[in-house]
Amino acid sequence: MATLTVREALSQALWEEMEANSKIILLGEEIGVWGGTYAVTRGFHDHFGAERVRDTPISESAIVGAAIGAAMTGLRPVAELMTINFAFSAFDMIVNQAAKLHYMFNGQVNLPLIIRTPSGGGRQLGATHSQTPDAIFAHFPGLRVVAPATPRDSKGMLKQALRQNDPVLFIENATLYQQRGDVPDGDVTVPLDKSVLARAGKDVTLVTYSKMYYATMKAAEQLAAEGIQAEVIDLRCLRPLDMEPVVESVKKTNRAVVVEEGWMSYGVGAEVSARLQSECFDFLDAPVKRVAQAEVPLPYNQRLEQMALPDQEKIVRAAKEVLYV
Amino acid sequence: MKSKQDFLSGYRHMVAIRRLEEKSAELYQQGKIGGFLHLYIGQEAVAVGMAAAITKHDHVITAYRDHGVAYSVGMPAKIILAEMLGKATGCSGGKGGSMHLVDPKLNFWGGHAIVGSHLPLAAGIATSLQYQKLDGVVVCMFGDGATNIGYFHEALNLSKVWKLPVVWLCENNSYGMGTAVDRASAVHSMCQKAEGYGMANACVDGMDLEAVYGGVSNAAAHARSGAGPFFLEVQTYRFRGHSMGDPERYRTAEEIKHWQDGDPITALRKAILAKQMGTEAELDALDREVDVEIAAAEQYAEESPEPADAALWQHVFSESPNGRA
Ligand SMILES: Cc1ncc(C[n+]2csc(CCOP(=O)(O)OP(=O)(O)O)c2C)c(N)n1
Ligand SMILES: [Mg+2]
Repeated sequence: MATLTVREALSQALWEEMEANSKIILLGEEIGVWGGTYAVTRGFHDHFGAERVRDTPISESAIVGAAIGAAMTGLRPVAELMTINFAFSAFDMIVNQAAKLHYMFNGQVNLPLIIRTPSGGGRQLGATHSQTPDAIFAHFPGLRVVAPATPRDSKGMLKQALRQNDPVLFIENATLYQQRGDVPDGDVTVPLDKSVLARAGKDVTLVTYSKMYYATMKAAEQLAAEGIQAEVIDLRCLRPLDMEPVVESVKKTNRAVVVEEGWMSYGVGAEVSARLQSECFDFLDAPVKRVAQAEVPLPYNQRLEQMALPDQEKIVRAAKEVLYV
Repeated sequence: MKSKQDFLSGYRHMVAIRRLEEKSAELYQQGKIGGFLHLYIGQEAVAVGMAAAITKHDHVITAYRDHGVAYSVGMPAKIILAEMLGKATGCSGGKGGSMHLVDPKLNFWGGHAIVGSHLPLAAGIATSLQYQKLDGVVVCMFGDGATNIGYFHEALNLSKVWKLPVVWLCENNSYGMGTAVDRASAVHSMCQKAEGYGMANACVDGMDLEAVYGGVSNAAAHARSGAGPFFLEVQTYRFRGHSMGDPERYRTAEEIKHWQDGDPITALRKAILAKQMGTEAELDALDREVDVEIAAAEQYAEESPEPADAALWQHVFSESPNGRA
């Protein structure tokens, strides 16, 4: 067992898989000479060379499109988008090409490609650079969407993604790269379609993923100090969405709060609560609550931005609301 | 630029931008400015020469490296600093931040942070001017890196097809973040891209205020005459990193020194003295005037109030949803 940051975990996953498989290439802006804007690929350019670690022009469509074409014909490209906000500049490639070709061509074409990109706000980057549009991408059948929170899951899921044959949108979070956690030694893989129980409890189920996992775990601690045992489920994967541990938990606690960083409307919480009401309606003792971002583009001003973002306090409040305490 | 007044005003503006940027860097280091901060130091002659060459009927739009442009078109330093500090007195009440300075009253349509995304907007502003038979041309400023994204090509083509009154002003500072032009662009002369669209074009020295002024004057006259868009490349250099916190592994100290030897402010000062358009004493007096202006601007920004909490919810939609604006 080693203690790694999310950055180190991602970096190791890429490095180890690249050493093992020469079909893996990386492409993206500033991933080579610069070493990656979040330094995940630092040292890769020198070690693997410019053929495998490709600095690209500012051409998001071509980055994702080229990754798709290369994947169709035998490579395993990892396209890096500097932030998920730039994925909109490549939206057609992601949702109209990557998400469609395997099905539309009746399974004759495989797209083993990964799009890595950090999501999330809270850094005063203004309205266009602070979004958490994860749910939008999870809307499209044919595109796997994952968003690990811990170093272990970051490493294991990236390795797993590099060994399977579907396009994966691999969502990271810019504020989590320094987050530390235990990662098992050796070859660690984590499935791309399994939610996980992150903390056991009996009074209320808190469902979350990515950055909000940490705020939710803290909220659970705070609740515990007040005598409320919250169970926390980390979704990890948004598509396919694994409801099994969530439903199992809610059947026990009878109450649920879904926590996400993105906007509430049409979001992850909307999906999870809709499924909860159809899969375990009779077990619910309170309407499912959602904690999410205020429905505004994020402002630059730090105080206003923080007001708009979900946090530990808002999670605790929502948990108490579904418990009617 | 003929009169003494033209030269001294140009000098004063350029020095003011330099001091404003140095102040911004300082405030950033003190943690008073958040998010991303892209300094204009080294490129002052471009914005100042551009603004001197256009009229009050003309429109300006630019990317996130926008402080110098905003100042040149008439936004007071105190309003710029207030916005960067996220204050209610900033040009957008603290909701936009450093990358999104704007003032419609000045026909200044903003700083834009998705690379290349404002080029189609410029085409639209020009379409509006053309359709409404209004005086004025649009000056759209962008970097060398922006010429590699699809938006650029779509907008240039459209502007030529519709004969729009646009001056495409490409600030070629040799790098898009850490990627040198010759690593990202198939052709190294940006003008060659305009050639591809059969567009009139020219390239001038962006470290020379008079050259920029002359270049923009010609370009604007062309666009104003109804002959359609004009593409103007200016060769310039940013003396600081791409944004604060750029490790600058991609260029050498000698290269930076080489360009700093051609500092546009020092060059202009020399030219003014040589042409006898001003004396040392007059220039020194302007320097002192600027120091006072920037100090007062800082004080104003620091003492300005934070936006009210309610500002978070304002302007998601226009305030008259059911009527005409
Ligand atoms: C679509 C998109 N991709 C990537 C980025 C990240 N980014 C911001 S500025 C920049 C470099 C732009 O270079 P250039 O156009 O030459 O302008 P300069 O910074 O040199 O003024 C990049 C890659 C972005 N903001 N938008
Ligand atoms: Mg540039």
